Amino acid sequence: MDRRDFLKTLAAAGAMLTVKNNGVMDVMASTVPSNGAAAADSKYADLAAVMNGEPVPMLQAALKELGGIERFVKKGNKVVIKPNIGWDRTPELAGNTNPEIVAELIRLSLAAGASEVKVFDHTCDRQQNCYPHSGIEDAVKKAGGIMVPADQQSEYVQVDVPKGKSLKKAMVHKAIVDCDVWFNVPILKNHGGALMTAAMKNHMGIVWDRRAIHSGGLHQCIADICTYKPAALHIVDAYRTLATNGPQGRSAADVVLTKALFASTDIVAVDTAAGKFFTQVNKNINFDDIEHIPDAQALGLGTMNLDKLNVKRIKL
Amino acid sequence: MLKKIRVILAIAVIGILTFGFIDLGGLLQNPVLQKIQFGPALLSLSLVTLACLIAATLLLGRVYCSVVCPLGIFQDFFNWLSKKSDKKKKYGYKEENRWLRYGVLAALIIAWLLGFTFLVGLVEPYSAYGRMADELLKPLYILGNNLFAWISEKTGSYRFFKVVLSLKSVTSLVVAILTLLVIGHISYHHGRTWCNTICPVGTILGFFSRFSLLRIRIDTDKCNHCQACGRKCKAFCIDSKNQKIDYSRCVGCFDCIDACKQNALTYGLPRKPAAPVKEDCVDESKRQFLKSGLVLAALAPQALEAKVTGKKDTRVAMSPPGSQSHRNLLQHCTACHLCVSKCPSHVLKPAGMEYGIGGIMQPVMKFDQGYCNYDCTICSQVCPNGAIRPLSVEQKHQTQPGRVVFDVTKCIVNIQHTSCGACAEHCPVQAIHMVPFQGGLTIPETTPEMCVGCGGCEFICPAHAVRIEGNTEHLTAKLPEQEQNIQTEGFDFGF
Repeated sequence: MDRRDFLKTLAAAGAMLTVKNNGVMDVMASTVPSNGAAAADSKYADLAAVMNGEPVPMLQAALKELGGIERFVKKGNKVVIKPNIGWDRTPELAGNTNPEIVAELIRLSLAAGASEVKVFDHTCDRQQNCYPHSGIEDAVKKAGGIMVPADQQSEYVQVDVPKGKSLKKAMVHKAIVDCDVWFNVPILKNHGGALMTAAMKNHMGIVWDRRAIHSGGLHQCIADICTYKPAALHIVDAYRTLATNGPQGRSAADVVLTKALFASTDIVAVDTAAGKFFTQVNKNINFDDIEHIPDAQALGLGTMNLDKLNVKRIKL
Repeated sequence: MLKKIRVILAIAVIGILTFGFIDLGGLLQNPVLQKIQFGPALLSLSLVTLACLIAATLLLGRVYCSVVCPLGIFQDFFNWLSKKSDKKKKYGYKEENRWLRYGVLAALIIAWLLGFTFLVGLVEPYSAYGRMADELLKPLYILGNNLFAWISEKTGSYRFFKVVLSLKSVTSLVVAILTLLVIGHISYHHGRTWCNTICPVGTILGFFSRFSLLRIRIDTDKCNHCQACGRKCKAFCIDSKNQKIDYSRCVGCFDCIDACKQNALTYGLPRKPAAPVKEDCVDESKRQFLKSGLVLAALAPQALEAKVTGKKDTRVAMSPPGSQSHRNLLQHCTACHLCVSKCPSHVLKPAGMEYGIGGIMQPVMKFDQGYCNYDCTICSQVCPNGAIRPLSVEQKHQTQPGRVVFDVTKCIVNIQHTSCGACAEHCPVQAIHMVPFQGGLTIPETTPEMCVGCGGCEFICPAHAVRIEGNTEHLTAKLPEQEQNIQTEGFDFGF
């Protein structure tokens, strides 16, 4: 390598680094306002944390603090709810989102004038087991929502992720692509790899090719996909918490009845709150070890600094 | 009348049995008609079923072949087609080819004893039909279902789900097509010749049906020697000239009864007190049958020592949970593919050479399309052959048909220094879990003795760094210990 080549390489590397930094800046600049559409709206809480209630009253209490369902769902909106329905587990085993929360969210959305409410998840276990066994299929139908299949590639369309760094294109479920507003409704769980899973990792279920997400750098890809079409609200169900052996759990011994719920327009804030709560339940895990939360903050998806936010703590 | 009843019954049986194979909605989770088939009952030594089938044959003749066996009515269908195209289609009496019949049976027994169960499965009638149902009919059914689901989705209904259509195994598809062509051809042109030459079940039941109590009888007083019955007999077993019927080959189709204008043919008890049976005739077949039995007994000890698995792939194949061992599967499975068809996760596939030549088309677990559901025991429940023994969910949780092998040199956490954990996420028992690695990353660590071999990790791994190696003898999976340090009450928000 002569000197000229060396300089060229150096210049190229420098350019790339600059681009990389810009990428971060872009994400930061674009996602925070869209995520916290009402961040400036100080009359609403930034984060609502509710404890000691049944699922439905806790959801209602949280929504009240956040401005009610009408803040998010406008008349005629196509609404999508994305719970975690990843595993062939009954509600008692806390592998999937509580069906009552999903059902109540459907009822509220329809009451607010939603033209339709679709519910789906790209399940890990077989969909035909997960949908019914989770209790979600039944709850959705009773509440007037539509349970949409997500186990065939034909349900997904290729979209550009302009703000993505690793993930420039992804196969995203049609329901998300076509909707006006969507709610990200995960359940709080232990996770073998990520230690804890809540709002961020729930995005895995809106894309078709999980392996691409894993191999392209998991956290970066999840952060990227979060920029595609941010959910209006992230609602973390912690009525039951899967404390150990997550994200599937093996038995009821892994489950703790924690009776909590966290909701925010800020995905990092809601995972921070959920993470701090979770580490009380599973004391083997230190909050500081859950690295995808600070990673997401570094990518500009939101803030971990709950002290700066308007946090409402409610005990029912 | 009798013919109509038997055709209606046979169509009902083949209809329900076929639905058991192609059903997508889990409506027929425990198919019963598959469990009363002779071949599977023999291989699983279901003594009650065997006794019932043999007793039915001794009482009624080969009703198994006319009503219960799906391949019987299947052949009648082609036979009916040929009659449609050629109204004057005639058959006639042919001598029994006894050497061929018993020769094939003996050869199959020897093949089985030597571990070539594959050959038995090829001609065992229920299994031959099962493979056709699974490989040829089911894809059509899936296409129809998907079309239906597509239409209903267009109208805004998501009540029906599409199902993935894929090729499970070239070998099995080719075998199914060949079976269709060969048996279709034989039955189109030569009636039930298959049942009375090649079919091992036909040969065994034919031995018993010689002594059946109820049978077709020719009333010699009424018979005017028109020979219409013989010309209609698709089993070629009515010697009209001599007014004799070879009961070992009569499949009980009752075509002859309707053919006789003189009403000389009846199905029933002997009119006069038991006519003396021709001893010499019976003796010979009995002798041959016993000879086959002797050969069987003589070969058994050798076969038990025979090597059951042939040439091995670099990977050890994984037999389904409940199959206990490669050897057990090899001894009992006739590759009817009911388990393959019923496996909701599309894990069970017909084997190529994974188990050696003897085990071609037997079910093997493959994880390219899905992984074995932790709580699912369907294959073990449906197997009629005793090749996959019934497992309760609890038993399955402790069964280890194979165990995890992790190749760190391929893992993307190690190579690309990126977080992943997909394998651990999919492990239902935490036999693969994440431990700290360089720079705050976590990397998989395995506890193979806990592994249940479900293949979730292998299925999801983006780098083929995790795989499941089969256990030729299934082991017991160690139950994981419950983690401590879980607080179940008294917490606050925590922030």
